Amino acid sequence: MALTQQDIDQEIAAERAAYGKRIADGAPVEHQPRRDYAPYRSSVLRHPKQPPVAIDVAQDPELVELFSPAFGERDITEIDNDLTRHHRGEPIGERITVSGRLLDRDGRPVRGQLVEIWQANSAGRYAHRREQHDAPLDPNFTGVGRTLTDDSGHYRFTTVQPGPYPWRNHVNAWRPAHIHFSVFGSAFTQRLVTQMYFPNDPLFPYDPILQSVTDDAARQRLIATYDHGLSVPEFSLGYHWDLVLDGPNATWIEEGR
Amino acid sequence: MTKIDTSRPESVLPTPSHTVGPFYGYALPFPGGGDIAPVGHPDTITVQGYVYDGEGNPLPDALVELWGPGPDGRVPTTDGSMRRDPSTGGHLGRNGVQFTGWGRIQTDADGHWYARTLRPGARGRSAPYLSVCVFARGLLVHLFTRIYLPGDRAALAADPLLAGLAEERRDTLIAQDGGDGTYRFDIRLQGEGETVFLEFR
Repeated sequence: MALTQQDIDQEIAAERAAYGKRIADGAPVEHQPRRDYAPYRSSVLRHPKQPPVAIDVAQDPELVELFSPAFGERDITEIDNDLTRHHRGEPIGERITVSGRLLDRDGRPVRGQLVEIWQANSAGRYAHRREQHDAPLDPNFTGVGRTLTDDSGHYRFTTVQPGPYPWRNHVNAWRPAHIHFSVFGSAFTQRLVTQMYFPNDPLFPYDPILQSVTDDAARQRLIATYDHGLSVPEFSLGYHWDLVLDGPNATWIEEGR
Repeated sequence: MTKIDTSRPESVLPTPSHTVGPFYGYALPFPGGGDIAPVGHPDTITVQGYVYDGEGNPLPDALVELWGPGPDGRVPTTDGSMRRDPSTGGHLGRNGVQFTGWGRIQTDADGHWYARTLRPGARGRSAPYLSVCVFARGLLVHLFTRIYLPGDRAALAADPLLAGLAEERRDTLIAQDGGDGTYRFDIRLQGEGETVFLEFR
């Protein structure tokens, strides 16, 4: 029998209840999703059953994972962070400016690092050949951008508001509108791929991918804030989204953590 | 919520990870992503393998990133892995001479990946290895592992990570020698022969 939204809702509620019980029993806050989150069906066969093996980075400051690959000006072009200028014409949709800071766990800016984004067009269609959703493609929008953070850790993109789109996790499954982010820190241990959402999306409670982050406060950190100060007059609406990278880096060792 | 107040350390909490999804293929991979070794370098090795799920089926939509030191053990600080062409906006690829140490490869329709890179040198207390980060549709948080190269038994035996593992699990981290500088390294996300994945603290 086909899975319904109701089936998935019940599983999401059960996962939330299980997390609530873990917290009540004294377990730590879970900032990250669990890899075995069954409401997202694709995770079932793609998560390890064995616990990860811990590496205490303080034991060896020479680990290559404590360093990060380098990216520079020649890895990007001037308009890579303006997704509305990658074709001859203007893409269809509401123009937006998305900006924020890339920080480490100590709140320090991550400077000069690569931020890559990709997204659906305003109709909810990816420019990917395996995409089966029959919403229109936009010949003036690919939906891929990249940039380097500046000296204060800031990044900035100009793009169009992505549309929500259906997928086949269960009957009538829809993803809330989102932008995919891929970022590097000052250590490879801080590598992060995630998704940014827009405020007040009515699809949030139904989406097993967003709900895989069972901690309420952690889930809120995936949602951008509308920022009128970032909106550009006569041009775009502004959204602010800061990212904080998990994982140790070399400064943790210097400070003896 | 998503403006982080850095003057309040208790509010600086990590951004959760999400899956890379199915549609990154036109965004993240780039031409020459696995051709990490400078052209004609004598220390070039080829590493290749499959990524499998819990039923032993290969993943046609996994993304593998490699990061490793040069043969002298030094960590590269050179950019230019994904050089762009300012005139066309397209990809120029690497310059063929400099070693950035980092590469990115999407598995093909058969779930296979390969990369040509330089044989890593030893650093610190570890036997030589390449760091690996795996992403996939269905994988909510990426997975770190390592590719150790076979050969130097003493170095492998003394490696702090490998020394702490049962033999069967340890062997999932050591590539198989295919001769002529080629190595096979399969990544099993789940089940029998599950690869050892790492958590850095």
